[in-house]
Amino acid sequence: MSNWKLICKLEDIPQLGSRVVRRATGGDIAVFRNAEDEVFALHDKCPHKGGPLSQGIVHGKRVTCPLHGWNIGLEDGQAVAPDVGSCSNFKVKVEGGEVFLSV
Amino acid sequence: MSKPRLVLIGNGMAGVRTVEELLKIKPDHYDITIFGAEPHPNYNRILLSPVLAGEMTISEIVLNELDWYKQNKITLHTGKQVTKIDRIKRKVIADDGTEESYDRLLIATGSTPFMLPIPGNDLPGVIGYRDIKDTDEMIETARVHKHAVVIGGGLLGLEAANGLKLRGMDVTVVHLGPWLLERQLDEVAGRMLQKSLEDKGLKFLLQKQTEMLVQGESGRVAAVRFKDGMTIPADLVVMAAGIRPNYTLAEKSGIYCNRGIVVNDTMQTYDPKVYAVGECVTHRGIAYGLVAPLFEQAKVAANHLAGYGIGRYTGSVTSTKLKVTGIDLFSAGDYMGGDGTEEILLNDPHGGVYKKLVIRDNKLVGGVMYGDTADGPWYFQLLKDGRDIHDIRDSLIFGQSLVGDVGHAGNSKAASMADSAEVCGCNGITKGVIVQAIKAKGLFTLDEVKKHTKAASSCGSCAGLVEQILASTIGGAYTPAASDKKPMCGCTEHSHDKVRKLIRDEHLTTKETVFAELGWTTPNGCDKCRPAINYYLISTWPHEAKDDPQSRFINERSHANIQKDGTYSVVPRMWGGLTTPAELRAIADAAEKYKVPTVKVTGGQRIDLLGIKKEDLPGIWADLNAAGMVSGHAYGKSIRTVKTCVGAEHCRFGTQLAMSMGVKLEKMLFDMYAPHKVKLAVSGCPRNCAEAGIKDVGVIGVDSGYELYVGGNGGIKTEVAQFLCKVKSDEEVMEYSGAFLQLYRLEGWYLERTCHWLERVGLDYVKSKIVEDEEGRKALYAALLDALKDAKDPWATSREPEAIKQFIPIVVEA
Repeated sequence: MSNWKLICKLEDIPQLGSRVVRRATGGDIAVFRNAEDEVFALHDKCPHKGGPLSQGIVHGKRVTCPLHGWNIGLEDGQAVAPDVGSCSNFKVKVEGGEVFLSV
Repeated sequence: MSKPRLVLIGNGMAGVRTVEELLKIKPDHYDITIFGAEPHPNYNRILLSPVLAGEMTISEIVLNELDWYKQNKITLHTGKQVTKIDRIKRKVIADDGTEESYDRLLIATGSTPFMLPIPGNDLPGVIGYRDIKDTDEMIETARVHKHAVVIGGGLLGLEAANGLKLRGMDVTVVHLGPWLLERQLDEVAGRMLQKSLEDKGLKFLLQKQTEMLVQGESGRVAAVRFKDGMTIPADLVVMAAGIRPNYTLAEKSGIYCNRGIVVNDTMQTYDPKVYAVGECVTHRGIAYGLVAPLFEQAKVAANHLAGYGIGRYTGSVTSTKLKVTGIDLFSAGDYMGGDGTEEILLNDPHGGVYKKLVIRDNKLVGGVMYGDTADGPWYFQLLKDGRDIHDIRDSLIFGQSLVGDVGHAGNSKAASMADSAEVCGCNGITKGVIVQAIKAKGLFTLDEVKKHTKAASSCGSCAGLVEQILASTIGGAYTPAASDKKPMCGCTEHSHDKVRKLIRDEHLTTKETVFAELGWTTPNGCDKCRPAINYYLISTWPHEAKDDPQSRFINERSHANIQKDGTYSVVPRMWGGLTTPAELRAIADAAEKYKVPTVKVTGGQRIDLLGIKKEDLPGIWADLNAAGMVSGHAYGKSIRTVKTCVGAEHCRFGTQLAMSMGVKLEKMLFDMYAPHKVKLAVSGCPRNCAEAGIKDVGVIGVDSGYELYVGGNGGIKTEVAQFLCKVKSDEEVMEYSGAFLQLYRLEGWYLERTCHWLERVGLDYVKSKIVEDEEGRKALYAALLDALKDAKDPWATSREPEAIKQFIPIVVEA
């Protein structure tokens, strides 16, 4: 069972940028948009030292954590080698120019 | 449609490196097949010496495990020697009958040891020194026999001799030349080396010509006889009298060879479908017997095999380091000197240190170091860069002097450090960990070491030390690229220099055109190149190129400094370090209103409010703006602060109005972005209370005007600023320092502080542009003022409707 929530318009997220989604239950989610207008959602916490991934630089299908430069794959939340670690990812989709998140 | 087929003959370092480079830039382009004559996967041949010496094992020097071949879908034929290339049918045939057809062929057959053409050279117990089999045989022989003779006192011979000695043999090195390593060392250094090796128990016979090898009763070699009649016992004879490029196969197939397979600058042979790399080739008449050049060759060959057609190999300057534990020896370039060269010498026989630098036309062209090789990589870099050394000539022989660097307990000599010594103070990485990673993972470049160990990847102050460790661990395989040729990042082959020039010459104004023009391998760069390119675009084409916030590091995107817990720090500007009761009251009010946990005074005479949530930033900025304060840019690669002393306004010693001068400079430079952060200071007299000697631009008031100093640094590397010139008026201070900073903004590479930029280009160059060229100086100054003419406070513009979005989290109901 999926529980899609409308979070914003696609244009509210800058290309190669992100927005933070705050949950009442705590634990921010970072929603990213790449150059091809695909969106991705990850727990906003780097597996290394908990840096806010939403504040990183987005390139290709990766984001670079602003604290110590780990690269995290946007699709699977896995750290790019040689670093090892993973962060949870969430389902997200774009329909009619609007972004929906499954929480 | 099936893929084109690439066949590689030679499963060694050069060939496999080329395949690796190819897979990096164009994976899945070819069906790849590799033939190797040895029954092993690709291993690090240069580490055979440590294996012989018992310091490493064979399994530790394997570079590509069998899994690697599998993962990359490469067909590997080990233990099969290719005996024929049929260029008409485009196929290769191995000794066991295996046939593979090709569309492109890469030959990397390496070299073979030169066996002296003397009687007895084929006796059992007589070997060359080239591969795992030879190494195993030496180790085996050392177990049961006593006397070893190594013919040839070159690098390989000495490493073999050292290893055999450590394995318990009685070793004599026979050498035809007048001193050891005469191709790498001058006579003085050669004699010093011989002395230290003799102290380790090796014996030497110099200028001896071998006549024949004598067979013993067992059928095995038993003795070596010389032309002068002398005979010495030998149960093992290692021929290390040189190597010969292995090009028989190519020559037999009709490919043009001349003491090696002849290739052009794209590593292509006379047959356009056939490429060749490594020790088997002759390029511009030179066959390289060291592994270092193969890395450059591999890159070029891979690029052309991938069909990109970018890049030429134009030859290599090589350096040498002997891998014998406890002996420090380094040589590079033209170390012998001669007509048209000058030499700088340091000779301390008692201290065991000898250094010789060879200079031609004010440039370093070669050098030899013995005993103290700490600065070898630095000299080698100067040599490759072709930097004019005129302005550092008087201290050149003493080396780079890393004493100003912090974070590694003053250590500057990698070879003498203990394995437990901390090299990278930021990440707590010891020398032992770095050496282990270099060996186990087969790392060859500083970037690889950074990636795998994290050493030198934070503040970077230990990069020089890490490079030294790299050089002393892999010896001659270590080769830094010329500074202006180092790729910006993994997305491109192009250097900062090249990208800057192209943006200027081709009038590029967007990152997309840069990526397209220069063939970026990633769709939109990475966190390394995007900020650099964004800076190059906006600094080269102010008012025209549009700033791209998503290409900026978070601090510059949110105009505050991110902290370890994800909160931010806010520093309001205090021009020249001056403030007022009203400003202080506003800061205190804001601190209370937003519950700022920490309020701190900074080293640049500002007040720092730490621990602010991102969503509170627009609010606190609005409050500070209302009190007349603007962004302090404490977060940017930009003008940070102008620190001042109280100056002649109050001080009884003051000669100039330091505070007012500082305020004027800071207002002029407001919102100025640069390759890295920029700090200034103005002192009112030579007592220099504002510490102008460690600032990017330091201004010191004297009775008759101001002295200007540039390129100082008080951070990672303590660097005293250098005297630029003396000026008379406040206007001149603005003009000269403005022009200096504009030159740095236009020519510095991203993340290069003024001190590093100055080290690269030299103070003489900067003086010629700023002090000696009045017209040029005025033009630079005008360009700076023009670039900054419509500077706005980012704290105000960030609160505009589109820009403020990033600060507002989206809230979802549960």
